Amino acid sequence: MTQYLNLFTSVRAVGPAHMGVPLPARDAPRFGNRPAHVGLFAKLGMAQVGPIYLGTLGVASIFFGTVAFMIIGFNMLASVGWDPVQFVRQLFWLSLDPPAPKYGLGLAPLNEGGWWNITGLFLTISVLLWWLRMYTRARALGLGTHVAWAFAAALWLFFVLGLIRPVLMGSWSEAVPFGIFSHLDWTAAFSIRYGNLFYNPFHALSIAFLYGSTLLFAMHGATILAVSRFGGDRELEQIVDRGTASERAALFWRWTMGFNATMESVHRWAWWFAILCPLTGGIGILLTGTVVDNWYLWAVQHGVAPPYPPVFGTVIDPATLPGAKP
Amino acid sequence: MAMLSFERKYRVRGGTLIGGDLFDFWVGPFFVGFFGVTTVFFSFVGTAMILWGASQGPTWNLWQISIAPPDLSYGLGIAPLMQGGLWQLITVCALGAFISWALREVEICRKLGMQYHVPIAFSFAIFAYFTLEVIRPVLLGAWGHGFPYGIYSHLDWVSNVGYQYLHFHYNPAHMIAISFFFTTTLALSLHGGLILSASNPGKGQAMKTTDHEDTFFRDAIGYSIGPLGIHRLGLFLALAAVFFSAVCIVISGPFWTRGWPEWWGWWLNMPIWAQWPLK
Repeated sequence: MTQYLNLFTSVRAVGPAHMGVPLPARDAPRFGNRPAHVGLFAKLGMAQVGPIYLGTLGVASIFFGTVAFMIIGFNMLASVGWDPVQFVRQLFWLSLDPPAPKYGLGLAPLNEGGWWNITGLFLTISVLLWWLRMYTRARALGLGTHVAWAFAAALWLFFVLGLIRPVLMGSWSEAVPFGIFSHLDWTAAFSIRYGNLFYNPFHALSIAFLYGSTLLFAMHGATILAVSRFGGDRELEQIVDRGTASERAALFWRWTMGFNATMESVHRWAWWFAILCPLTGGIGILLTGTVVDNWYLWAVQHGVAPPYPPVFGTVIDPATLPGAKP
Repeated sequence: MAMLSFERKYRVRGGTLIGGDLFDFWVGPFFVGFFGVTTVFFSFVGTAMILWGASQGPTWNLWQISIAPPDLSYGLGIAPLMQGGLWQLITVCALGAFISWALREVEICRKLGMQYHVPIAFSFAIFAYFTLEVIRPVLLGAWGHGFPYGIYSHLDWVSNVGYQYLHFHYNPAHMIAISFFFTTTLALSLHGGLILSASNPGKGQAMKTTDHEDTFFRDAIGYSIGPLGIHRLGLFLALAAVFFSAVCIVISGPFWTRGWPEWWGWWLNMPIWAQWPLK
């Protein structure tokens, strides 16, 4: 039995571009009068690219974000003696680091972390403006602001890592560097310093929501595609006027695992799983070093992890040695 | 209770792969089928063996109960029950239950006239599990390379195996897998948020349309993939995350035995760099 499995669009109908629902009178006009049509995009989704709404918030956000990006790039370029070839060769190893611990929360000279602070400030302005943009764009179309609040959850984790926790710890040096390998090194060193983050229950929750989100999107995406021949992809219509696509999708999960969401509630599950990933993750980072110094010992104390036999004898915590802290 | 208001007309005979009409019935909301019976069998036996193993172990602390694989000295042989044999049987039961579950999903798809995306997606997860517990241990020559069944013991395994390769974040497939996990979660929040924002625009306001959804994303980032495309994209991102996770662990050991940071030396040592500056 051969049957069509909905994976790609095989026949593309080309119609006139959709220029968007009307904007309120106070908004600027959209940018891009002649949207592009990219055939490759049509294989998966829509071919139309543009128009876009720029607006003051958008332009300002992109400006500050671009400045931050350029500062990072030029600092990296400077670190290889302005050699463009070495810049490409060593790109993944290059990094713009925060100031050393001795500067605390004070301002460091530009080449000793000052640029990092300026980048952080510009990036913060950029993402906050982008948040306002997501909020105002939703309101301008009469939509709810769920996307903006989901973005706010990501900003929470971002600010915990780069602003809130460093301030609580009293040093910018606690923050994450800008660089490919360097931020991975930071993550590994952070975990080891605080006794293995796997024993941090909020880290465990965050990972559970990360995997849970992936599981949910696989389940939801697959279900909608599987009932697409009944119009399952028209989710908004199905929410208010349940059709056979919704009924089959619901019954599939009911018969499989005894429980089903509805066409609307599955998106509530999705939204909550996705935002709880950075929310719980941010809590876990915030508690690390501020409230809990060693997550393994914390886990032993609370009966979560077993105490391992002291095969290496007594080890002195290097953080307690003189000179470990400035 | 067991049936939704519209459910009765969907409860029709047929669509089974094995067993004909014999197991073609429901228990409460659950469809049974031949593979429902095998799922229950494998789940029951597997869970019972975990409980038995726990009863023979040092603790009933839920976080610390662990069923470990055999010692490396047993290689790919069969170990005594309390020395890893239980782990081997539990792994067989787990695979039996997972595969039965996937085939039961296929039967339910056939009953409901649905395409097979869900069982195919689930098979990626089974493949990742199979890679961790069977393919990699077989390639390394001992069942002891599988991960133990326990809440914190499996985290310890991940941690220890990661540090065996010095710094696992430098594993290129691990990088790709994590990027896909993060992107999937981002896309899920955007999709969930968009549908909720269109269907819940606020008190007294009319519900919005698909045109509003597309307009919102074109206004925001200049492109909307559309209501059908987002589900293709989401499914692809999720399955790619799972696939590259399986790749990142199966290459660690069988195909790369040193620290992962060292792997990147090929890039730094490419002959092309020696040509610049041109002399």
